[in-house]
Amino acid sequence: MSEFFTLSVLVATLASGIRLATPYLIAALGETIGQRSGVLNLGVDGVMLLSAFFAYWTVLETKNLWLGVAVGIVVGFVMGIIYGIITVFFHATQGISGIGIFLFGLGFSDLMFQKQVGTPRPIKQLPDVSIPLLADIPHVGEALFQHNLLIYVAFLLVPIVTFMLKRTTFGMNISAVGENPQAADSLGVSVAQTRFTAILIGNTMAGLAGAALTLELGIFQANLTSGLGFIAVALVYFGAWRPVGVMGGALLYGLVGATVVQLKALQVIPRSVSDIASMAPALLTIAALIVLAGRVKAPSALTRPFSRH
Amino acid sequence: MKPKPNSRTFTRLLAVLLAFTFVVAACGSDDADSGDATVDTDLTVAIVAPSASEDLAFTQSMVDSVKAMGITPQITDGTFIVDDAAAAIRGYAEDGINVVIAHGTQFGGSLAEIAPDFPDTTFIWGTATDTQGLDNVFAYYPEADQGGYVNGVVAAQLTQSGTIGVVGPVQAGDAVAYIDGFAAGAESQGATVNITYTDSFSDVALAAEAAQAHLTNGADVLTGTAQMVVGAVGVASENDIPWFGTQANQTPLDEGLVVASQVYHWEVVLKEMFALIEDGTKGGQTFALTLENDGLVIEFNDGYELDGDTTKLAEDTIAGIIDGSISTGG
Repeated sequence: MSEFFTLSVLVATLASGIRLATPYLIAALGETIGQRSGVLNLGVDGVMLLSAFFAYWTVLETKNLWLGVAVGIVVGFVMGIIYGIITVFFHATQGISGIGIFLFGLGFSDLMFQKQVGTPRPIKQLPDVSIPLLADIPHVGEALFQHNLLIYVAFLLVPIVTFMLKRTTFGMNISAVGENPQAADSLGVSVAQTRFTAILIGNTMAGLAGAALTLELGIFQANLTSGLGFIAVALVYFGAWRPVGVMGGALLYGLVGATVVQLKALQVIPRSVSDIASMAPALLTIAALIVLAGRVKAPSALTRPFSRH
Repeated sequence: MKPKPNSRTFTRLLAVLLAFTFVVAACGSDDADSGDATVDTDLTVAIVAPSASEDLAFTQSMVDSVKAMGITPQITDGTFIVDDAAAAIRGYAEDGINVVIAHGTQFGGSLAEIAPDFPDTTFIWGTATDTQGLDNVFAYYPEADQGGYVNGVVAAQLTQSGTIGVVGPVQAGDAVAYIDGFAAGAESQGATVNITYTDSFSDVALAAEAAQAHLTNGADVLTGTAQMVVGAVGVASENDIPWFGTQANQTPLDEGLVVASQVYHWEVVLKEMFALIEDGTKGGQTFALTLENDGLVIEFNDGYELDGDTTKLAEDTIAGIIDGSISTGG
């Protein structure tokens, strides 16, 4: 156990936790915006899978990493349009339609992968970027400031989303339509437009999360996300619909996962309890949700479709 | 104002979406309509498998083996959910397919329910070491510890640090056999082997982080098993670390760093099973892939140069396992 508390291992574990947390963070921040407007999207995982595949395929064909990122974002945006039409304009039950989006993403990404790629072929990974001066800080620099660009973007999104939700008219409108759409409507706020835009942003971020995942790994295969999008949805509840809380949840989930992996690599966790230890991140999240239940309040109109008539 | 969901419109939309999803899922079963071309036998064959047909691992090893026999099987792959696999297995049996290969240990429970309903169909199930007492089930498994041992012996010659990292999935089936055999082989040469089970067959990101953790702890050679290891191979590539594969030839993942792969040639035992079926025996026997029967083959990557001594050691180890003078501990 003492090997775990050496600086090099702790730094590596922190860096690993940040890498693991990043896709959760981006997707959960996007989902936060959607849920704050009153729209639950259980299709996050499917959107991530589609975006991950198309980002991967783009890089495979063009060798252009940033084009891959752009394609991942566009795919998320397009899925946002589809989900927005289904839920906002056709008032579909959000839970069911989200699952439909997930199933579509799971099946279609696999189909496209089989037809267009077949065998997993590695692509170039996003290169690490050292932040000048900060990366030179002993140990801290290695853990925090030597990552690929999308990891920095993920954490920069936290203050940006916070500012947007708290300090902009659009952010206020999002909260208004998520809490009391009738009142917002009576004050002249377009509930449909606000929710639709929130869905577009949320899905676009899910697209970015999918691209970040596949380009960090440099590979794609069927069901690459392995349910990651559903954890992202749970992290929104964990974070009490606040971007900073969501970041805390994502980091906790990532760091616990990284710690378990590191302890296994050090052979500290015996094989006989390996599977139990692997459940630690999920168990911790469930425990936190139980503790938080009743202490935090979900947007009042979450999952409730809105119609003037 | 009370919201009034347009339920009829939604129902239509949902129906269209689900229909499309089902079509997509059906299309995902790549060669689903082509169960005709047979060279060695007139038996029709279907494969139900948990991961993608071209996963460079477990599922691909079976698909490649059946195709190597000159048979074009019907395939339902990507059945991560056992109930989906059970539906496919039953569906193929109802369609009159002669031989249904249920390629996954986890399908055993379903098979115990399905097989008795179709006594004229032969079910081939693995990896499994027994047929559950069913007369129309053949079982198969690889003695993966054998190839694992050879890979471990070779890996120990390549490590400078003396530490080798292993990334495994769930502790089950041939994954455990391979990893235990690998550890025994490497340790017989004085190397230290650190093993991580991620407890997932599909979490690529976790496999990558497990590989990264091994490097942090001094490993300079890596191996792993199951379809999620593509993440670990990516870490090996990024850090210029030699990689040893198993199940299928993983050289395409990195032609410069994959040293060798233990490849499953299921056709060796499938041919025996097919001969029995045509003679009227529907099942009741278990078959093993071994180095001796050429069901397990260590395929070295020509792009990774090994010195003569290491190559000789690998050949001697294979010979020793076959003649019984070397025990893999399996």
